Amino acid sequence: MAREDEHRLRERLGKLTSLPLLRGARVSGEIKRLQRQLERIEARPSDEKIWRSVELARHQDRPYTLDYVQFLLEDWVELHGDRGRADDAAIVAGLGRLDGRTVALIGHQKGRDARERVQRQFGMAYPEGYHKAIRVMEIAGRHGFPLVCLVDTPGAYPGVVAEQHGQGGAIARSQAAMARLEVPTVACVIGEGGSGGAVALALADRVLMQEHSIYSVISPEGCAAILWRDGAEKQKAAAAFKPDAAHCLELGVVDGVVPEPPGGAHTDPGEAARLLREAVVDSLDDLEALSGEELRRRRREKFRAMGVYAVNA
Amino acid sequence: MATPRIDVSIEHRGEPATATKRHPNTCPGCGSHYRDDELEGSLGVCPQCGHHFPLRARARIAHLADAGSFVEEAADVRSDDPLGFFDLRPYAERLAEAELSTGLGEAVVIGQASLDGHPCELAVMDFAFMGGSMGSAVGEKFCRACESAVEREVPLISVTASGGARMQEGILSLMQLPKTVCAVEDLHDAGIPMFTVMAHPTTAGVLASFASLGDVTVAEPGALIAFTGPRVVQQTTREKLPEDFGLAESNLRFGHVDAILPRSELRPFLARLLRLFGRNGA
Repeated sequence: MAREDEHRLRERLGKLTSLPLLRGARVSGEIKRLQRQLERIEARPSDEKIWRSVELARHQDRPYTLDYVQFLLEDWVELHGDRGRADDAAIVAGLGRLDGRTVALIGHQKGRDARERVQRQFGMAYPEGYHKAIRVMEIAGRHGFPLVCLVDTPGAYPGVVAEQHGQGGAIARSQAAMARLEVPTVACVIGEGGSGGAVALALADRVLMQEHSIYSVISPEGCAAILWRDGAEKQKAAAAFKPDAAHCLELGVVDGVVPEPPGGAHTDPGEAARLLREAVVDSLDDLEALSGEELRRRRREKFRAMGVYAVNA
Repeated sequence: MATPRIDVSIEHRGEPATATKRHPNTCPGCGSHYRDDELEGSLGVCPQCGHHFPLRARARIAHLADAGSFVEEAADVRSDDPLGFFDLRPYAERLAEAELSTGLGEAVVIGQASLDGHPCELAVMDFAFMGGSMGSAVGEKFCRACESAVEREVPLISVTASGGARMQEGILSLMQLPKTVCAVEDLHDAGIPMFTVMAHPTTAGVLASFASLGDVTVAEPGALIAFTGPRVVQQTTREKLPEDFGLAESNLRFGHVDAILPRSELRPFLARLLRLFGRNGA
C-alpha cells in the first residue's frame, strides 16, 4: 500500500515538473525542490501525523499573517475598510515591498490574546472582510502589483449578520476577482485553510502550504458531527479526509509544500518566515516571466482540471 | 445491529421536528396530502398554501424545456472515490445507493434545450442525489455546461439545489468552488448570459461559488439560501435567529436575489430574460 502511494506521489510530482508554469530557466531548481519535497514526505503521514498537523496548524503560538508581514515586507502600509460598511479585522490587507518589488498582501488574521481574538473573530471573516480583500485585489490588478495571500482561518464567520450581508456571494466574488487578475498571484496556507472562507483567498497561480498547515472542506469536528454524528470522532474524520499538506500535494490541490523549522513554525518564527519568503519570492520570479493574459489563462486551466471523476463507458 | 442511515445532506431548516416522520407528499406548510399525480400536475406546488415541494431534476427539465428539445450531455461523468472515504459506510456504497434511488448518474443533469423557442443550456441540480452535494463530477459537469454554452453561444440557465460541497471527496470537493468560478468567469468573458434559479436549498459551497455569479438570480418561494445553515449558526453563535433566517424572502430584502418567483411563473420569466439578452433583443 505504502509503495503504491509513493508511486502515485512520484507520478504527481512528475506531472508537476512538466507543467508549463515550471518550464524555463528556473526549472532545474524547481525539480530539485520537488525532489526534496518528495523525500521529505514520501513516508506517508500516518493518522497520528495528520492529527499532529491539525494541532500544529492551530497552535496558539503559531505565527499569524501580521507576524510574517514583519519579516517578509518592507514599507508595509495596511489598508482598512471595504468602503461600504466596515473594516473587518479578521482579514488584513495592504501594500509593501518584497525583494525589490511592490506587492499587495491579503491574509486572514487571528488574535494573540483574548481581547484581540474577539476583535478579530478568531480569523473568521464577515462578508466585509472579503469585500476589503476584493478592493485590494483590484488595486493590485490596476497597478500591476503581484498579489500574495496568506490563508489562516477556521472558516467564514457563521452568523446571522454575516448571512444577511451575503457571506456566500462575497466568497464567490472574492474568488472571481482572483480569477480575473492579470498579475502574478501566490497563496500560502499558513495555518488553518478552512473551507470556503479559505478558498476565497486561494484562487492563485501558485498555491502553497506550510508543512504543518491544513486545508480542508470542513473542520474535523464538523465532519465528525455530520458523518459520525459525534464531534468526538474528530481524529477519525481528519484521518478520513486527509487535510494535511502531503495529501493535498498528492491530490494536486497545492503546487508545493513550504518547509517549517523542526517542531513547527512557532518554534522559530524567524526561520519559518525565511523559508516562506524564499518560496514566495521563487514563485513570483517564475510567474513574472509570463504575460498577464497568459497568467490568467493558465490559472483558470489549472483549477479547471481539479477533481477526480470517472467516465462510465 | 442495524447501521443507522446517515443523512449527509443538510439540516431540514425551518421545518417542524416531526419532519422526518412526514410522508414526502404531505405539505409541511398546511398538512394537506397529495397523490403523486396531483403533485406532478401542480408542478410540486401545494394548491392550498403554495408550499414548493422539491422538484426532481428530470421533472424540472420537463417543465422548463420545450417538449422534446432536451439533449443531455456528459451523462457518463460519474463520481469516483479518490480518498477511499469511509465513515460509517463507504462512499462508494452511498453513491451506488444514490444512483439506484434517484435513477441519476450524479447530482446535476446538464444538456442543450430550447425554452419558448430560445436555444439555451441547462444545468439542473437534484437534491435527492446525496443532498445535491458538489463533488468532482458535479463540478466537472457544471464546467462542461458552461463550455457548451460558450461554444454554441447560448445562455446558461442553472437551477441549484444543494447542501454544499461533498465531504466524502475532502479537499477535492472544496476545489470545485474555484473550478466552477473559473468556468463562470470564462462564460462572462465570452459575453454569454447566465441565469440562476435558486431552489430549496441553495447553501454552502454551491452558494459560495457559481450560484452567486449569475447575471440574473431568482429564487423559489421559501427556499433556504444561506452559506451557513440555521442549525450551525445557532450552535456556534447561540444567536437568536430571525424567523425568516436565510429564506428567499430575507435574501430578497437584503439584496442577494433579483426576484422570488412561484414555479408557475418561472418559465415565462426565463423566456422574457432570454428575449432581453438575445442578440438584438430577438
